[in-house]
Amino acid sequence: MDRKQCYVKLSVQPTRGLMDEKFIILVQNAFPGSEVTVHALHKCEDGHSWEAFAHYNADTAGTVNVSQDCSLGGTYSGVEPMGLLWSLKPVPGSKPGLRMRKKNIEIPMEVLISVYRGHLTKGFLDQAPLAGVLVERWYMAPGVRRIPITDDGLTATLFLPSGPGPFPGLLDLWGGGGQLVEYRAALLASNGIAALALDYLTCSYTMETRKLVDNQYFEKAYKVLQQHPQIIGSRIGMMGLSLGTSMTLKMAVYSQVMKLSCVVCISGSHVQPVDGSLEDMLKLFTLNSHKTRTNEENQMIWRDLLLPIPTDPSLKVDLGRIQCPLLVVVGEDDQNWPAGDSAADMKEMMEQAGNSHLLTLLSYPDAGHLIEPPYTPHARASVFRAVQTREKVTSLWGGQTLAHARAQEDAWRKTLVFLKENLYGSTNSSATTFTNL
Amino acid sequence: MSIYRQSSVMSQRAPPLLSVHPSRALVDEKFQVLVENLPPGCPVTVHSLHQSEDNDYWEAYGHYVSNQRGTVSVSEDLSFGGTYSGKESMGLLWSLRPVPGSRKGLRLRKMNVCAPMLVTISVYMGHEGFRDQRPLASTLTERWYMAPGVKRVVVKERGVRGTLFIPPGPGPFPGILDMWGGGGGLVEYRSALLASRGFASLALEYLSPEKVRSADLEFTYFETAFSIIQEHPLVLPDRVGLLGLSLGSLVSFYLAAESSTVKPTCIVAVSSNYSLSRTKTIPGFHDDLINYYDKVRVDENNHHIWKGIGMALFNEPTKVDVGKINCPMLLISGCDDQNWPAVETVEDISRTMRSVGKDRLLTRVDYPGAGHLIEPPYSPHFRATNFMLHTQNEKVILKWGGETKPHSDAQEDSWQKILCFLEQHLYCSPSVRAKM
Repeated sequence: MDRKQCYVKLSVQPTRGLMDEKFIILVQNAFPGSEVTVHALHKCEDGHSWEAFAHYNADTAGTVNVSQDCSLGGTYSGVEPMGLLWSLKPVPGSKPGLRMRKKNIEIPMEVLISVYRGHLTKGFLDQAPLAGVLVERWYMAPGVRRIPITDDGLTATLFLPSGPGPFPGLLDLWGGGGQLVEYRAALLASNGIAALALDYLTCSYTMETRKLVDNQYFEKAYKVLQQHPQIIGSRIGMMGLSLGTSMTLKMAVYSQVMKLSCVVCISGSHVQPVDGSLEDMLKLFTLNSHKTRTNEENQMIWRDLLLPIPTDPSLKVDLGRIQCPLLVVVGEDDQNWPAGDSAADMKEMMEQAGNSHLLTLLSYPDAGHLIEPPYTPHARASVFRAVQTREKVTSLWGGQTLAHARAQEDAWRKTLVFLKENLYGSTNSSATTFTNL
Repeated sequence: MSIYRQSSVMSQRAPPLLSVHPSRALVDEKFQVLVENLPPGCPVTVHSLHQSEDNDYWEAYGHYVSNQRGTVSVSEDLSFGGTYSGKESMGLLWSLRPVPGSRKGLRLRKMNVCAPMLVTISVYMGHEGFRDQRPLASTLTERWYMAPGVKRVVVKERGVRGTLFIPPGPGPFPGILDMWGGGGGLVEYRSALLASRGFASLALEYLSPEKVRSADLEFTYFETAFSIIQEHPLVLPDRVGLLGLSLGSLVSFYLAAESSTVKPTCIVAVSSNYSLSRTKTIPGFHDDLINYYDKVRVDENNHHIWKGIGMALFNEPTKVDVGKINCPMLLISGCDDQNWPAVETVEDISRTMRSVGKDRLLTRVDYPGAGHLIEPPYSPHFRATNFMLHTQNEKVILKWGGETKPHSDAQEDSWQKILCFLEQHLYCSPSVRAKM
């Protein structure tokens, strides 16, 4: 052992953070000017290993501050405080088409952050690092309660924020892959909003009867929120991504039961048979499945299925009738849904109807379809089993990693501002202005 | 948590939003408590509540007024009263005290360091009489002594009892022998926190009620403990220091001055004591306490002040010969220490070191208004607490001294100084690094 060696110190603050919180990674006591590699390693619930790394040069004090210094290369470059998380990639030799999604949100994501001597690009496990720190990333803040909901035939999970309440509520819908996806609702509850994650495609009703749910299923979910003693019945919003946007817009405009305070639509479209149900929606896709394209890597591109945007009013939700603030989030490189084209049409409808003051549109160049909470890896394409086709294909979502990561961070922050203004704010309907950001 | 029926009035008014960042933190990390969405100019009370492992309730609170945007920020705004006042971002923790009606003489110490300390932060409407209402909002925050990945290893070898905490990472790490004072038992939290800051630290048990008179409490016990740390495969054998509070500091001085096997890289002594008994054993020290008990003063609250014992022992010839110590020392003292004459001890140590030309080894920090129990930051201050005198089988209330605000400032400041000192001497001193 080299007795004259400076023992490098690695620290991460905080070591236990929420998924949407930033951290500061500091390397100290390295030789001034020396080359180091900062590395992140995560083993996800499916057993796959993911890693990210960046090359730095220590300054004259022997320090590297990942939040302030420039990465000279690796899985990200430049000044990127959270790059070690959003640039995580499956380790070499992993099977293709992986996507990272947390299923058990009651335990944290564990990431091992290490620092190595030199600028390494591979072989991290074969070499002893100079130092390592274990970091926990949580979807659930302390005190958040997770409550499975099965009443009335629903398959859902309610997340209540810490405290006596009452809290504003939100219905949270994901897309065509189905399952009960809880992590976004858990994170919303950690930010003060009671959120109900709803499975509407692979719910027990559908699994048992082989029939898709009707529109009343969503209204039942709304009523669970409205009648809950710790939720403010007059302050309930709805959020949907992808196919979830379709159901969200349908309920927001046409439901007699739901009185929504605000609506968030991510990577979705208003194109759908207006008088139809979920089943009719999916039939529309099947009808247009000949418009599916594949690229050279045999990845499915589904964005053309709903194009061109119809002019027939029975084939798209009448946004002119929406009465609450609406936040629309679009990735301009979305290869899965025509979110950008739909958003443009929605805006035009609202301008003509005179309610466009309700609309806030966030459009991100080079971002793809899966605009999720920040600091998780971007999947440009991944293995996907759509509920209706039941076959496993590789779906092209789109997006360039850096731009997509920025879009996730910005969209999440603005979504929280939008939700807080409309669910916690005074009861004036107006589009959110982001001047106070 | 009770569920309240909401009134229709409540459903129109926007609820306030209370947040604590970070919601999970180490015990020595600061947090930011923010209340938003209040009416402007609204008087509120921000309150903290903690249920200890002994099932006592501790609380703190500050009175605030929201600004024009309806926000109260505990880090930035002034508290107008409560258990703390002024701009105090961590006042909700360091000013914690037992709730009205609690037992007397309580002390808050975490025994299970594998689980966090849970604190409920709430916001109430109004200042006077806030307790009679239900909170507007509340949130739970976790305060941890152990960072993720820190390993806790029970040590029971060669007669030595303790717990070793090892930092996460490949190592090897500098080591610390961590010794508390005459209250005895196995107190792990400071070592757990030191490991969370990069030091392999052994919390040593050297005084338990049954073992007070056993032979193994001669100084060979401590020499064995020190070598257990040195010999650990994840510890750098030439970078092991001593950290002692009160009686623990006496052990540290004696080992450094007299032991042929213990050569510490550095010493941190909190509330210093260098009065060795004639028998040079821990039981001998307790005998001295009993012999000099007539020097104990009892104040108007019937709290025992032991400072007189320490002053009397100054006249004994059996002080540790600190002039023989050859390593850097950081001496932390509270000027209002009522339990031991720490400042006078440090004064005398300084004189001795100066006389042998070793004063460059000494860093001395005396904190005005601080008492005897200078502990990791943001933990509550205890001016006097219950203490079991095992040799007499008698429970007394010992006065430690200190006023809450200056004592809490001393804890915060001294911890930073201790970490910096340990990093400098046990990791890599900037002046030692290669010259460019």
